[in-house]
Amino acid sequence: MAMEQPANALHLKPQPRSERRRKALIGIMQRWQLYVLLLPTLAYLFIFQYYPMYGAQIAFKRYNVVAGIWESPWVGFDHFTRFFNSYDFWMIMRNTIGLSLYELIASFPMPIILALSLNYVRTQLIKKSVQMITYAPYFISVVVMVGMLMQFMDPRTGFINQLLGAFSIGPINFMAESSMFKSIFVWSAVWQNTGFACIIYLAALAGIDPTLHEAGVVDGASKLQRIWHIDLPGILPIAVVLLILNTGQMLNIGFEKVFLMQNPLNLSTSEIIDTYVYKVGLLSQAANFSFATAIGLFKSVVSLILLLTVNTIAKRAGQSSLW
Amino acid sequence: MRTTAIKDSLSDRVFTLLNGAFLLLVSVLVLYPLLYIVSASFSSPSAVLAGKVWLWPVEPTLRGYAAVFEYKRVWSGFANSIFYTGVGTLINVAITITGAYALSRKDLRGRSLVMMLCVFTMLFHAGLIPVYLVVKDLGLLDTRWSLILPTALAVWNLIIARTFFQVTIPDALLEASQIDGCTDFKFFFRIVLPLSAPIIAVLCLFYAVGHWNQYFQAMLYLRNPELYPLQMVLRDILVRNEVDASLITDVRVAAERDGLRQLLKYALIVVASVPVLVIYPFVQKHFVKGVMIGSLKG
Repeated sequence: MAMEQPANALHLKPQPRSERRRKALIGIMQRWQLYVLLLPTLAYLFIFQYYPMYGAQIAFKRYNVVAGIWESPWVGFDHFTRFFNSYDFWMIMRNTIGLSLYELIASFPMPIILALSLNYVRTQLIKKSVQMITYAPYFISVVVMVGMLMQFMDPRTGFINQLLGAFSIGPINFMAESSMFKSIFVWSAVWQNTGFACIIYLAALAGIDPTLHEAGVVDGASKLQRIWHIDLPGILPIAVVLLILNTGQMLNIGFEKVFLMQNPLNLSTSEIIDTYVYKVGLLSQAANFSFATAIGLFKSVVSLILLLTVNTIAKRAGQSSLW
Repeated sequence: MRTTAIKDSLSDRVFTLLNGAFLLLVSVLVLYPLLYIVSASFSSPSAVLAGKVWLWPVEPTLRGYAAVFEYKRVWSGFANSIFYTGVGTLINVAITITGAYALSRKDLRGRSLVMMLCVFTMLFHAGLIPVYLVVKDLGLLDTRWSLILPTALAVWNLIIARTFFQVTIPDALLEASQIDGCTDFKFFFRIVLPLSAPIIAVLCLFYAVGHWNQYFQAMLYLRNPELYPLQMVLRDILVRNEVDASLITDVRVAAERDGLRQLLKYALIVVASVPVLVIYPFVQKHFVKGVMIGSLKG
């Protein structure tokens, strides 16, 4: 006891700042090999993630290639106001928000329904086959996906129009109909992603305590009642987290696919923020890096706000949240 | 579920029936377009044009595939894509595994700061143009590296791998090795790496499919058609409808030429998707595993 006393007292005494710093340094020195392993990750983060964030300041400047990022003159919020006042602004916002909401609403419940349905299949072979089939489209590339859409919907040779022709409807040039663009985009995405997205729900369903189901069966609950009272509450936490994540990604509605599906005839419904940025910033003859950066930055900020808002709402409602 | 002890009620039997019908419908809806493409690619040009193909190939022929194999750009695209996928995936996995392991160690000072830096990049993006300018300033425009370095790491995969290490490498193992005088390098290369085959498989698959299907970066950064990956070639042919006419000039009849053009597209879709779809049944369980690990601590 007596021996321990001084040691304890020594330990409790607040260390001077330099002492703590020295210890931290020793800690780092001892683990230097770990930092070497971490180095490529840090290098990547700084070069391709954080340096571009520093470069994003050209949104507030009149960027000049010769002067560079730092030396270009400041213009404040000029590019932003120019975008908000531009003729295209409301069309682009309407398309971006409309398309992303449509996709969110259409694609969110599908994997849940599929997972619930698969969960009640007793024959393993059937379950595995359906899973195998529904995952497959996930691995098709965007280019091939759009290529397939164009082949199927071709006014002359596509099988959809040939089918409609049998009922003497059409031919309809689907890809050129601006009113059809959103539906084609969203439902082809549902076709492609539902199977893969349901994996995570199947895992959550497998994690539900089987005694709950046994108790339900003993009490005479029907399968529908068990779905409603056992399965759905069981997957609710993961569903909420996914909904939050999807909302945060809402405005990032696959630029790649939209861009490939675009043509001059459907532009009035298919022009979204990302495709506009690409055209203004890189495609156009008088490429305006600053203006395009400002629009991109605007989108990133809105996305972040959306994510934070939904997360807060979920937290207030007593649901699972990201943090 | 385990309900064999109690006989199903009428409503449950109706449910099972409807459920089966629903899954059958879903399977048909997913499978039919895929089957149609394969069948169309093996049919004769005139049958495709006339809409005679419904389920199975009509007047089977390999002319579509012959046209694809004569198409030089498809071959150079294939070769390029194999290069981008191979080298890109190698770099991806190396960076991800090393970084994730370091970040999984509790004795790494500043690891929560680095994790925060990582997570923030998932919430906020600088945007297209600033990244483009970095690639340009580094002199990567129009080089093969422009398709590899800007996506050298996916933060989501880093987090998955880190979770894997935290769960599977016991602290006791590290302590025992350290008492025996094992350095961190040695521990990583001799003990951690051999234990991480499952996560390496998962990462390889995620990254490789990403590289194989990537066209957007190529469109942004590449001007030289010789460097184009397969997806860019596909875009020109499938989406922009730019089929090299010189290949099919020997076919006199316009309708026949038109049909062959369609056939070429169907065959091309099959050829481009086969590499991924062939390995997919074998690796399906790995993908599932990857998604599961990700959901542990999403």
